[in-house]
Amino acid sequence: MYISMNWIREFVDLEGLDINKLISKFSLSTAEVENEIFYKGSDLSGVVVAEIVSIEDHPESKKLHLLKVDIGEGEPVDVVCGAPNVRLGMKTAFAKVGAQLGEIEIAPRKVGGYLSCGMCCSEKEIGISDDNSGIMDLCACYANGTDIKDIFEIDDIIFEVDNKSLTNRPDLWGHYGMAREFATLAGRPLKPLECVDLSKYADLPALDVKIENDDCLRYSCLKIDNVTKNRSPMNMRIRLYYCGLRAINLMADLTNYLMLEMGQPMHAFDSRKIEKIRIKKFDSPFTFQTLDEVERSIDENTLMICNGDEPVAIAGIMGGLASEIEDDTQGLTLESATFDPVSVRKSSTRLSHRTDSSMRYEKTLDPEMTTVAIARFVKLLSDIDSGATVISSLTDEYKRGYERKTLTFDKAFVDRYTGIGEAITKDEIMNTLSSLGFDITNEGDSFTVKVPSWRATKDVTIKADIIEEITRIHGYDSFAPLTAKAPLFPVRKGIVKFCEERTKDILVKRFGLHELHSYIWAYYDEYKKLGIEIEDNVKILNATNPNIETLRRSMIPTQLCQVKVNTQVPDFGIFEIGRVVKGTKEDGLCDEHKMLAITLYSKTKELRDLYYGLRDIMASIVSDIKHKDITFVAAEASHSYEHPKNFNNIICDGKILGQMGVVHPTVAKKIDKKASIVFLEVDMEILASVSDSGITYEEASKYPGMEIDLTFVTDKFGPVKSAITAANCPLIKDVAVTDIYEAEEGTTITVRIYFGCMDRTLTREEVMAVVDSITADLSAKGINLK
Amino acid sequence: MNDLILAQKSAFESDLSKVTSITELEALKVAYLGKKGTITGLLKNMGSLSNEEKKDYGRDVNELKNLAQDAIAEKLTALKEQEMMAEINAVPTFDMDIPANTQGGSYHPITLVQRKCEEIFRSMGFNIEDYSEIVTDYECFESLNIPKFHPARDMQDTYYLDNGQLLKTQTSAAQNAIYKKYKDALINEGKPIKAIFPGRCFRNEATDACHENTFFQMEGVMVDKDISIANLIYSMKTMLAEVFDNYDLKVRLRPGFFPFVEPGFELDISCQICGGVGCPSCKHSGWLELCPCGMIHPNVLSEGGIDPEKYTGFAFGLGLTRLAMMKYGVKDIRDLNGGSLNSLAQFSDDE
Repeated sequence: MYISMNWIREFVDLEGLDINKLISKFSLSTAEVENEIFYKGSDLSGVVVAEIVSIEDHPESKKLHLLKVDIGEGEPVDVVCGAPNVRLGMKTAFAKVGAQLGEIEIAPRKVGGYLSCGMCCSEKEIGISDDNSGIMDLCACYANGTDIKDIFEIDDIIFEVDNKSLTNRPDLWGHYGMAREFATLAGRPLKPLECVDLSKYADLPALDVKIENDDCLRYSCLKIDNVTKNRSPMNMRIRLYYCGLRAINLMADLTNYLMLEMGQPMHAFDSRKIEKIRIKKFDSPFTFQTLDEVERSIDENTLMICNGDEPVAIAGIMGGLASEIEDDTQGLTLESATFDPVSVRKSSTRLSHRTDSSMRYEKTLDPEMTTVAIARFVKLLSDIDSGATVISSLTDEYKRGYERKTLTFDKAFVDRYTGIGEAITKDEIMNTLSSLGFDITNEGDSFTVKVPSWRATKDVTIKADIIEEITRIHGYDSFAPLTAKAPLFPVRKGIVKFCEERTKDILVKRFGLHELHSYIWAYYDEYKKLGIEIEDNVKILNATNPNIETLRRSMIPTQLCQVKVNTQVPDFGIFEIGRVVKGTKEDGLCDEHKMLAITLYSKTKELRDLYYGLRDIMASIVSDIKHKDITFVAAEASHSYEHPKNFNNIICDGKILGQMGVVHPTVAKKIDKKASIVFLEVDMEILASVSDSGITYEEASKYPGMEIDLTFVTDKFGPVKSAITAANCPLIKDVAVTDIYEAEEGTTITVRIYFGCMDRTLTREEVMAVVDSITADLSAKGINLK
Repeated sequence: MNDLILAQKSAFESDLSKVTSITELEALKVAYLGKKGTITGLLKNMGSLSNEEKKDYGRDVNELKNLAQDAIAEKLTALKEQEMMAEINAVPTFDMDIPANTQGGSYHPITLVQRKCEEIFRSMGFNIEDYSEIVTDYECFESLNIPKFHPARDMQDTYYLDNGQLLKTQTSAAQNAIYKKYKDALINEGKPIKAIFPGRCFRNEATDACHENTFFQMEGVMVDKDISIANLIYSMKTMLAEVFDNYDLKVRLRPGFFPFVEPGFELDISCQICGGVGCPSCKHSGWLELCPCGMIHPNVLSEGGIDPEKYTGFAFGLGLTRLAMMKYGVKDIRDLNGGSLNSLAQFSDDE
C-alpha cells in the first residue's frame, strides 16, 4: 500500500521533523516500509501557468499549431504544440526553457521547422496522472507565470508499506490510521477528522434496509441527490494517482479516497436503481456482471447486496455493472458496511477476485467506522459540490460488533516482559497508549486500559498485546540485551540423534558415500520409467502436481531415480536418512518411519563384491555404534526392484533392522545396461533401540597363536561356520573367509581359523585334532576339503 | 719376501680388483682366507723352512693376511654404498605437480549447516529434539493459536492428507509436544525449557529458483520464569554471531505478525555480503531479514500446559535451507533436493 506524506500531514503536524528518519522509525516500530521512497515532484521545475494568446495553424501539419503563450514575463513566447485541445484564451501548464521534466531539460528547438521555446504539458508529462489526451486545461483564476507547484500538491513523499506486515492491523489500511502511528512516533497530537454531523438529517426519511444474513455486521447508508460536479479536484486526483488508483468520476473517486483515507471501503450506487436494500445469500447459483464487465459465478455461500431480490453488488468485493454511477447520475445511495472477514476472504478466493475492498475486509475492519466514513464523505462532497443534498436520514443496521476489552496490568508485568525495567517509565506507558487511542487510567503501579474499537476487532485482546504496543513505540533498538539467568543442567544427545550422526560420519568418512536429499512422495513419472509400481498409501488431497500425489512407503525407489541421474559417474554410493509412511496406524494417524537408505552403483565391480561391500558397510555401522554383529536371513522379494534370489533381512539382537538386496535386473537395466546396483533400507528407530554391548577388553596372549587355512569344495559358508561353532573349542579365536574361487570342480571357499591360548604355546597336534573334528563333521555332510 | 707369498699377494690384488658384488667378495674371501683358502694354505709350506726362515715367512704371511682382510672390509663398505646408491637411483623423483586426489564422501549442505547450529545451541544448554514430518491440524495450527479460517493458514499453503493429517508447514508444529514433554521438569524442578528442533517442512507451492515445496527449518524455544524481550535479543544476537562466525554482527527487531508469538518480531541481521553499507543482496538496505521470532503467545503456553501468568518464553525459527544457500552461495534452491552428485558431492566436511 502506498502512503502519501502530504495526506499524513493533513492529520498530524510534522513541521521541523526529518521525514526520512520518521519513515524508518515507522518501519522499525509499525510496519515494514519498502526500500524505495519516491520523492514526487523532485524532478519537476520551471512549469508555470501560461495563457494561449494566439493560435495559428502550422502550414504543413494538420496536427501542429503555432502558439504564442503569456507566461507572465512580458513578451509572449513562441511554442509549437501538437495537442488537440488548444484554444485561444486557455490557461495551461507550461514548461519554460530551462524547465526540468523528469529526465528532460527543456531547451529551445525547432519543431516542424518553427522555433519552439518551451512546451505545453499534459498531466502525464508532469507526472500527476496517466492522462495524455491533451494539455492541461487550468482554471482562468490562476495568474500567468504562477509556478504549478504553488497551485497543486505535486511535491510529496510516497512510500510503500508491505501489505503482509499489515495483516493484523486493520486500522492501518487507511491514511488516518497511519497518521495516528506517525503522531505517536513523533510525539505530536493527531488532529480529529473533519466530518459533517449526520444527526441533522435525522428527520429525513430513512432508507429501506434489511440485513438477512449474519455475515453482514453493519450496514450504514445515506441517499444524496443533486450532485452535478463530475470531475474531482486536481489535488484529490493527484493523491489517488500517487497512491496507485486511477481517477474515474467524482463519486467513484470519493469512495476510493475515503477507502484510502480511512480504510473503510464504500460503494456508491446510482440511486435510481436502488429502492430496497437487502443483504442476503441465494439458495442456488447464478451469474452476475461486476463493474469490470466480467460475468462471475455466484454460489450459495456468497453474500450479496440486493435491490429487493435483484443482486446489485458482491458484498465487500465489487459492485455490479447495472447499478454503476453513470455520466448523468445525480443521485447516489452511499453504502458503508462491515462484513464478516472470513466470508469475504472465502468468496474472494472462490471468485479468484481480490480487490482493494476485499483485501481490507479480510483484515477484520472496525464496524464503528461505517458512519464516520459517511460523515466524512458528506463533508468532502459538500466542500467540492456545494449543491449536493442529503435526502435521507442516516440508515444504520448494526447487527453485531466486537467487544472492546478492558485490560488491567501493572508496571511489574511490563518490566518482567521487557527485561529493561525503568528504561520504560510509567509516563511513557501512559503517553504511548493514550496517543494510540487507548483509554488509560493509572493508580499507583496499576494500569487499566480500554482497547479502542479500531484495535479491538482481533488485534488487541490480551495483556501481551499491550506489551507489544509499549515496546514497539519505545523502539527495540534501545533494548539492552540481557542474558537469561537459569540453573545449569547437562544436555544429553538422544539415542536416535546419536545413531544418525554416527551413521552419517561412518558412511561419509569411511566409505566415501554421498548424502542426498529427496522428497517424501512417490514420483509417478520417474517410477514408471524404471518400471516401479506406485504402492497404495496415504495420499495428498490437494497436490497441485498429480505426479506427487502418493506418499512413499520406501526410500529405495527414490534412490533408484537419483541413481539414474548420476550414471555418468562410474562408481558411487548414495545415502539419506529420511522419512517414509507405511500406511496408517490403528488410530488413523500415519505410520511414519525414519529410515536409512543406501544405494551402491558400480560399472567396475562384480555384483557379488558390491553386495558384500554393502553388507560390510552395514556391519561396520552396527559394530561401531552397537558393538554387535548382524546376521542375514533370506527374505521374499515383493517389489519389482527386489532381486528374487538376493534379498535379505538384516538382523541384530533378534530384531529385523531392515532389508538389503540386489536390484532386480529388469529395473537395473533401465538405469544402466551393465552396472551393478545394490540397496539397503534400515529403520533408524529400530537400530537405535538395539542395546549397545560396549567394549569388553580382552588381554592379548603372550604366546604365539596358529593359523590354519582350509579350502572346502562348497558354495555355502553357512554349514562351515556351523561346524566350526559346533566344535565349541575355546582355542578358536577368530574365523575369516580369505578366498572364494570358482574352480573346475565347483566353488571353493578358503577359511582361515585363528587359534590361540592365554597360558601356553599351542602344539600342532592339539590344533589339528580340532581341525580334524571339524573336517570330519563337514565331510559327513558331504562337504569335503579340496 | 718369499716368491710364493708375493705371487699370492699379486693374485689377490688382481682378483679383488675384478670383484663387483658382495656375493663375489664373499667368494673371494673364502678362496683366499677360508680354512682351505690359498693364503691360509701358505702356512702349510712352513715345514721345509729353517727356523730363521720360518720366523720371517710366518710374519710375511700374517702381514699378507691382515692386508687382505683390510682390503676386503674396505671393498665391502664400498660395495654396500654402491648398492644403496643403485637402489636409490632405481626410484625416480616423483612428480608432485600431479593433482592430489581428495575424493571422499560428502554430507548434504543442510546437514553441515544444521550440525553447526546444533553445536552452538547444545553448547548453550539447549536440547535437540526430533519430530515427525506428518502432523495433525492441532499440532500445526490449533495449538499454535491459529484457529480454523485464520488468515495465517492461507499464508502457508498446506499439503493436506486423505487421513486428515498434513505435512508440517513449519517446525513450530513441534512446540506443543515439547512443552508437554518438559513442563513437569519446568514446574517441579525449575528446569527451564531450552530446546531446538530442526526439521523438514512442506509448502504446497510451485517450485522455482527461490521456492521449494520441501525445505528445512530450525525452531528454538526457551521458557522459564521471567524470560524477557531483552533475553530474546541477547540470545538471538549471541547465537547468530556464532552461526555467522562474526562478532560484529548487528541484529535489529521489527514488529512482525505471527499468531503464535506476542509480541512478534522480524529479526534482521546486518548484510553479511556488504557489511551493512548496502548492496544488491540486501536491496541496498544493509539488512537481511533472517528469522521470525517473538515472545511465546500466552495461549500457546496454556495449550502446552504451562501457566502464562507464571512463565514466559521466546521462540524463533531459522531457515536452515536459506542459511545453507547463503553460506555456500547456492543460487537455485532446487539443487538441494535435485540429487545430482555434480552439485552435491562438493560438500565435504565443514566443521
